[in-house]
Amino acid sequence: MPNQMTSRARVEAGLSRRKRKEKIFRASGLLATAIGILFLGIFFSTLVAKGASAFVQTYLLLDVELTAETIAPGGELDLEYADFDGLVRTALRNNFPELSGRNDRRELNRLLSVGAGFQVRDLVVANPDLIGTTQEIWVPAASNVDMLMKGNIDATVDESLRNLSDRQIRWIDTLDQAGRVDLRLNKALFTNGDSREPELAGIRGAMMGSFFMLVVTIALAFPVGVAAAIYLEEFAPKNRWSDLVEVNINNLAAVPSIVFGLLGLAVFINWMGLPRSAPLVGGLVLALLTLPVIIIASRAAIKAVPPSIREAALGLGASKMQVVFHHVMPLAMPGMLTGAIIGMSRALGESAPLLMIGMIAFIVDVPGGFTDPATALPVQIYLWADSPERAFAERTSAAIIVLLAFLLLMNLAAVILRRRMERRW
Amino acid sequence: MVVASRKAAYHHKDGEMTETLVKKNMSASRTSAVPNYRGQQVELGRETVGNVRCANPFMVAENVNVFYGDNHAIKDVTLEIGKKEVIALIGPSGCGKSTFLRCLNRMNDSIESARVTGNISLDGRDIYDKTLDPVVLRARVGMVFQKPNPFPKSIYDNVAYGPRIHGLAGDRAELDDIVHRSLERAGLLKEVKDRLDDPGTSLSGGQQQRLCIARTIAVNPEVILMDEPCSALDPIATARIEDLMDELCEDYAIVIVTHSMQQAARVSRRVAYFHLGYLVEVDDTDKVFTNPHHKLTEDYITGRIG
Repeated sequence: MPNQMTSRARVEAGLSRRKRKEKIFRASGLLATAIGILFLGIFFSTLVAKGASAFVQTYLLLDVELTAETIAPGGELDLEYADFDGLVRTALRNNFPELSGRNDRRELNRLLSVGAGFQVRDLVVANPDLIGTTQEIWVPAASNVDMLMKGNIDATVDESLRNLSDRQIRWIDTLDQAGRVDLRLNKALFTNGDSREPELAGIRGAMMGSFFMLVVTIALAFPVGVAAAIYLEEFAPKNRWSDLVEVNINNLAAVPSIVFGLLGLAVFINWMGLPRSAPLVGGLVLALLTLPVIIIASRAAIKAVPPSIREAALGLGASKMQVVFHHVMPLAMPGMLTGAIIGMSRALGESAPLLMIGMIAFIVDVPGGFTDPATALPVQIYLWADSPERAFAERTSAAIIVLLAFLLLMNLAAVILRRRMERRW
Repeated sequence: MVVASRKAAYHHKDGEMTETLVKKNMSASRTSAVPNYRGQQVELGRETVGNVRCANPFMVAENVNVFYGDNHAIKDVTLEIGKKEVIALIGPSGCGKSTFLRCLNRMNDSIESARVTGNISLDGRDIYDKTLDPVVLRARVGMVFQKPNPFPKSIYDNVAYGPRIHGLAGDRAELDDIVHRSLERAGLLKEVKDRLDDPGTSLSGGQQQRLCIARTIAVNPEVILMDEPCSALDPIATARIEDLMDELCEDYAIVIVTHSMQQAARVSRRVAYFHLGYLVEVDDTDKVFTNPHHKLTEDYITGRIG
């Protein structure tokens, strides 16, 4: 048995070792945090560096003669026969009067996006009184021109190794010097659906698809998840069966998401006959996917409600239901909502199960409802990443930025909700 | 050796140790000896010493046994609680006094493994009758807990909650009246009347406990159960609650569990001493504290433990 003196000596002897250990632990924690932040920084900076240019797009300024005999032969606008492409091409050719051959013209026309004619058409349809006048119109350039303007095509390499010929580059320079080439806000990215032409491709279709899916998911997963959590926590008898249910819910949360896609394919599409590629089916699958997450988060929130509150209410003669709905639910609601939002942001970023139910199709139309064919944002990212055109690379990054912005927004909402609704006791 | 025995004695005071002793004595009949807090064997006696009956019984517990799973927590307790009397339940930790208290308004129902046998009646009606809704019972037998537990709502809503769920008030004015009178009776109105909309949790500990008492009496119970209501409070707040109990016993029967024998002596008319799940002695407060008849009671009171 050591006496007081030796005890004190031993405590002091061990002191430096304790301090050293603490220092090492702190330093390693700091290092780990720094590494995490570093990688996050690299990720975000490359993403922004690659994707930022997709938010602008090269446009050409053309003096388009909206001649009445071409687009409105009978005095009336005739969309079936009107050759808007021809108008735009003529307008471009007017800048290069020296060109005459068919090949020259074809090469020149390649500077224009196929969307240029559509843009002029939309303008004329909206303002029919423009027929017969000449208008200065900014029309989208082809994606190769866009890539050249953004410096992604190297004009110094051999002509055969790039998508633009020497002559095309010269023409672009000519137009540029005339002030007829400009990088303008890429509205198409937010207003268009998918397209084979990078300059016309947008994420609106995918965004609407994701939106409709999440509506289905939250409408289904939140009430069912909360109800299940309340039943399991407050009402279910604690026996072997409830243990089994609990283990299964926890396991379900860890099931690879593609398995849920297979389930959706087998049950919702093949057996129930719901349409393929539809946000309805996607939402159902994602609801199944997020259900365990919501149940687990809600149960944790319910468990965190102090039992003294339940006892107080019971002691006053509140029924079990009243205890749950008057006291437990309001106190657990911030946690439940946080769980739901985190589940939703997981669902928003999920692509694997959607592949199985056909939401990976190339769909140009923006979906207008729950049963229209659609894609989702992460699937759109995958589709673009898979496309060979150089201009899709920056659009992939841009779509990722948009997706991350939504995720950030949702997580921010979760934090704000939790802050505002949290009550202290 | 000296160290070891001292350690054992220390642990006997511990709730945990007492519980294991309870387990060991599960099968013991009342006739055999039980250890006191020093571990010495003391003859328990065939029956509760003193007088379990009272002149004007309101709640009557007959041969009550409580089991938590295999743990026999309350052993054959018979006790009468009179109308408008204050009775204190005392005894070392784990002796079953809180368990007994919670039987009186069926708060043990929410513990799945708990099983109650015997008979408890309120004003002649069996409270464990299957046709009796515990909601009705708890409206008649209110409870105040060890730790102040106001709802995270306003002071007003805390008091109004009980009347609201039971539909006691016809309109807003009547509810206002109930809230004000309850706060008044709990001696809290003066302190909070200008901030009824503040959260109940913003009050001090003693105020919170008085709020809980106001909340309980707002339902107009006939019996109030108090489970160590002052153990989390300072002496000044404790004194206020004790004064309050003196006033409340004009209208309500009060059953109070306490670890403080001084408190039991101050507020109660009768005292029941529990030991290892047995009800050892019941009698008028002055008799128990001045002249305990049972050896275990005497040990406990003179030992001043708990």
